[in-house]
Amino acid sequence: MNAETRSSGRFLYTASVVLLCAWVIVPLYLLLINTLSSPETVNSFPKPFWPEFDLGSLSFFAGFEGMLTALKNSILVAAMTMVMSIAIGAPAGYALSRFDFPGKGLFRLLILLTRAFPLPLLALPLAVMFIRTGLDDTVFGLALVHTTLAIPFSVLITFSLFSGIPIELEEAAWTLGCTRLTAFTKVVLPLILPGITASAIFAFVISWNEVFAAAVLTIENRTLTAFLLQNLDTSPLHLKFAGGFILVVPALIFIFAVRKYLFAMWGIANR
Amino acid sequence: MAVIEIKNVAKRFGSYQALHDINLTIDDQEFMVLLGASGCGKSTLLRIIAGLETQTTGEVWIGGRRIDHLPPKDRGIAMVFQNYAVFPHLTVFENIGFGLRMQKLPNDEVKRRVERTAELMHIEQLLSRYSGELSGGQRQRVAVARALAMEPDVILMDEPLSNLDALLRMEMRAELKGVLAESNTTAIYVTHDQVEAMSMADRISVMHEGRIVQAASPIEVYRDPAERFVAGFIGNPPMNFLPAEPTGAGQWRVAGQTLKGPDLNRPLEFAIRPEDMTLSDAGLKAKAKVVEPLGAHLLVTAEVDGTLFRAVLDSDLKVSPGDVLTLAPTPDRIRWFDPKSHHAVQ
Ligand SMILES: Nc1ncnc2c1ncn2[C@@H]1O[C@H](COP(=O)(O)OP(=O)(O)OP(=O)(O)O)[C@@H](O)[C@H]1O
Ligand SMILES: [Mg+2]
Repeated sequence: MNAETRSSGRFLYTASVVLLCAWVIVPLYLLLINTLSSPETVNSFPKPFWPEFDLGSLSFFAGFEGMLTALKNSILVAAMTMVMSIAIGAPAGYALSRFDFPGKGLFRLLILLTRAFPLPLLALPLAVMFIRTGLDDTVFGLALVHTTLAIPFSVLITFSLFSGIPIELEEAAWTLGCTRLTAFTKVVLPLILPGITASAIFAFVISWNEVFAAAVLTIENRTLTAFLLQNLDTSPLHLKFAGGFILVVPALIFIFAVRKYLFAMWGIANR
Repeated sequence: MAVIEIKNVAKRFGSYQALHDINLTIDDQEFMVLLGASGCGKSTLLRIIAGLETQTTGEVWIGGRRIDHLPPKDRGIAMVFQNYAVFPHLTVFENIGFGLRMQKLPNDEVKRRVERTAELMHIEQLLSRYSGELSGGQRQRVAVARALAMEPDVILMDEPLSNLDALLRMEMRAELKGVLAESNTTAIYVTHDQVEAMSMADRISVMHEGRIVQAASPIEVYRDPAERFVAGFIGNPPMNFLPAEPTGAGQWRVAGQTLKGPDLNRPLEFAIRPEDMTLSDAGLKAKAKVVEPLGAHLLVTAEVDGTLFRAVLDSDLKVSPGDVLTLAPTPDRIRWFDPKSHHAVQ
């Protein structure tokens, strides 16, 4: 009886794990198969179990009018977002972990609250302001918006990284002949570099996947997400699959690479 | 030549006064220990000297140069931290050589000095390891070596041994003292361990609630505490106190007994160390409460006139709880304190 409940419990456990994995992996797998199949196979049924490794869909994707520009824009915006969010977020994270200043607790809360503010509410005034300042439909303008989205994460991740480095290490460096800056570059930076890289990659992914602001704020210079959205009803099936694949894969790989640091961030954010 | 002069240094954290008007001169090559209970401001004072904390008022001079406005790197000091602060991303060699590299010394000079200090601290076989691969004691050695390699005028140590186990601490204590004596540096050493303080110091500064209450040689601090606080803090167990009433002509009434003391006409406090009493026919009547045979001697916790009183006696004596002992204080070891100002009275 006891062994029976245990084995049925085990069965339930295994079944849920399999189900959850399937939930995530099956769509990805279908995406992979369809991307690596010829356009004819994509539009036919049943699907093959193994991908054909036919680059027809992908080359059609690459040849589609405006697609490569969109891809380039996506990369540009994401790269700019990555650089800006670290350049602005890391000093804030450092200040939060090293200095006491009035309103520090409130500041931390506000950082989180920015994420609670719905972007659609902001979209219209933002678009108006961008048009006035000439930032509309530019890669830089969009990168600014994405930076705003990514900064809370980069501040929280770097805050937790800096907090993990005892202040005594810096103080020891100061007494051994370092200025604040050289102590930072010689001691702190080498220790947090992997974490900073992770934080940068995360910002890249946030920008890479963002579609709403991209769709509202750009017309000519669309990013990949916005471009695919725009052509959703008109484009053929294999194009959607290829686009989806190109969008999902880098994000997945990056997030997988930096998962350790994302856990660290939540550990801090929940405290 | 590195005399350290601390002039009227005070430190406030918000509304909390951590240090009150500290004045202290530490001689060239002296080993000065800052001793006091937790929270009395020892680290704060040390960090002000190092430049890691800024004093609210006052001045710090090292070697005749006012340094309190300089960043830590320009003060000619090196510091050893309580948690070692060995850089985890560098090898032991690079840790010890860190300060030398910052001074842009040539490679062979760095190598020579790192190897010499490593040898001094007996860690020459660890030079290629990382801090994660070291024990606490080894890390401590690296931290000291890193400070010594700088050949600083002044070395500052904040409870460097407090994370080590008792045996290792005793070993390192002797070793550190030897190494520092040879290095010709002026040393300030913070600890709350009075045995450490007594055994290492040329001079001890006893701190209490942000003040230095006495700065003197270990034996003087022990024998002639300048304040009642010092008498009650130093020694294990510390001094015993009893109220004393003058009966005229330098005679005092203490717990029903008459003792000789200073020729004054106001109440004082009588004080005696537990080991400065002998069993005798005439003396203080002490009712034994707890008897602890400690091997080398016998620690008796008793009551004299309703006051807690401890005596350290010969371990051959047979004493049981409830016995009434007659304890005669050794006359030249008796000390007197003013109950109002808490200062010692001659
Ligand atoms: N940055 C700070 N902000 C506010 N108060 C502080 C700060 N640093 C120290 N203090 C306070 O100043 C007092 C002295 O602290 P300090 O660290 O000098 O004590 P300490 O003698 O070194 O004690 P311990 O033996 O525990 O290390 C303490 O009451 C402490 O709470
Ligand atoms: Mg301290």
